[in-house]
Amino acid sequence: MSSFLSRAFTGRRRSGPPGRLPPGQYDVGDGFPVLSAGPTPRTRPENWAFTVTGEVDEVRRWTWAEFRELPREAVTVDIHCVTSWSKFDTRWAGVAVDTLLDGVETAAEYVVAESDGGYTTNLPLEDVTDGRAWIVDTYDDEPLAPEHGGPARLLVPHLYFWKSAKWVRALRLTLADEPGFWETFGYHNYGDPWREQRYAGD
Amino acid sequence: MSSPDETVDRRLDGNAAAGPLAELFTVDLSVAMMTCGGCLNRAALGAHHLYPDGPALVVRCPACTAVVLRFAADRSGMRLEMTGTRLLTVAAPPTTAG
Amino acid sequence: MARAAVRRRLSWQPAEVVAVRRETPRAWRLALRPPDWSGHLPGQHVDIRLTAPDGYTAQRSYSIASPPDRPGVELVVERLVDGEVSTYLTGELRAGDQIELRGPIGGYFVWPDPVDAPVQMIAGGSGVVPFLGMVARATDAGVPVRLLYSARNADDVIGRDELERSGTAVTIAYTRAGPPGWTGPIGRVDATVLAASTVAADARPHVLVCGPTAFVEAVTGWLTDLGHEPGRIRAERFGGMGDPP
Repeated sequence: MSSFLSRAFTGRRRSGPPGRLPPGQYDVGDGFPVLSAGPTPRTRPENWAFTVTGEVDEVRRWTWAEFRELPREAVTVDIHCVTSWSKFDTRWAGVAVDTLLDGVETAAEYVVAESDGGYTTNLPLEDVTDGRAWIVDTYDDEPLAPEHGGPARLLVPHLYFWKSAKWVRALRLTLADEPGFWETFGYHNYGDPWREQRYAGD
Repeated sequence: MSSPDETVDRRLDGNAAAGPLAELFTVDLSVAMMTCGGCLNRAALGAHHLYPDGPALVVRCPACTAVVLRFAADRSGMRLEMTGTRLLTVAAPPTTAG
Repeated sequence: MARAAVRRRLSWQPAEVVAVRRETPRAWRLALRPPDWSGHLPGQHVDIRLTAPDGYTAQRSYSIASPPDRPGVELVVERLVDGEVSTYLTGELRAGDQIELRGPIGGYFVWPDPVDAPVQMIAGGSGVVPFLGMVARATDAGVPVRLLYSARNADDVIGRDELERSGTAVTIAYTRAGPPGWTGPIGRVDATVLAASTVAADARPHVLVCGPTAFVEAVTGWLTDLGHEPGRIRAERFGGMGDPP
């Protein structure tokens, strides 16, 4: 790390209430940064469907209309991005992954979230079940905007936000772990912000 | 920068990747010709699409948007992934012979 | 195709800040003196890095405004209301400070070499900066060289003196208000303005477009509609690589 210091430069980051901010994070306040690795997909609801596939007894598929009929939950959570910003009390609404996996028979221990535009991320199946994950289509009482992952994104707030795949279209259950877009590029395979697992080897 | 129009993606041109890549390469890559492993389009890095907002730089083919290169320089070190590039060529500098 | 520049690995170096001067209501010109600098190609940029006491760093890219025959490096920084780096560079930085710099960078968005066709530069707002170092080349170019520069009003025009003294034919498109006594049009650059004020497509000019992303997207679209070959248009979208807005 450079020993150079810029006179009187402190940056704009704010620290948060003790215990609320994982190590190395700052509170982004009212902002909600848009970080993208590619062009923003703009899938229209009439062309959208969500699939549970892979190591399952039977593929499950919902059109947008069918998805919107499923039991829904409102969720308020803190989110933590690996680029160091955190945002407190973000408000979402959508369908619990538990609901989408209800009745699914599988030997899979892992899942890959697959998105429009080709983005993928991998998680242990137990990290998206038991109330730990949702497919959300609403943010702050408004339809989720495309730049934030709309029509729908995965929400897994206990892990770094790159695991909350934007523009999600499928959860593919797998027997073996399949590292995704950032996991194959040196980011941590699991990504627990409280253990500061940003990079592989952390 | 003013707030983005909703139909315009926030991206830069490959030229803006030349600085970070200069931490790894001794050659200015902005004029390097890159052949896309997906569609075989060939163009200078400067003409490629650069997405600089994520945790790393992502360079995409201007013809088919496939990822041709990813680069990151951070506290863990440097990482370069170019499985999406079929070939990269850098022209020899002109000779000084008259 | 621009020739490749082969050189050693670029690294960060602390440059002395020689002067920070306000040039327009929203833009400041920084004069820097890097200890290790052997010139640049017009159109190249530098990366600037700021480091806070806790190790936090912020980086941005800025086009070099000065021509290569002027010593040191001049940048023009537009002060963004919520800009973490631009507010520091235009509000806090002063002569005598040091600032970390890496460059010159980029051989793609540069003055064409050889100049074998007319050159058309198109700038949106502070996107004019990379062209300031190029406009003097028009005198020796032997081909028509034009600049279409979109600015909000007369006060926002950056580098007016350099533009007027150069051999480049400059058209300023005022988008909000013209200078006193202005009888010309007011409004955004569009396909009609491009058709009227730029080198025609059948002259096969080298076209360089620089400015905010939306401006560059719109202009390059209209240029291809007008018949310019995409391969002869080079774009540089403004916005460095730092924290998203």
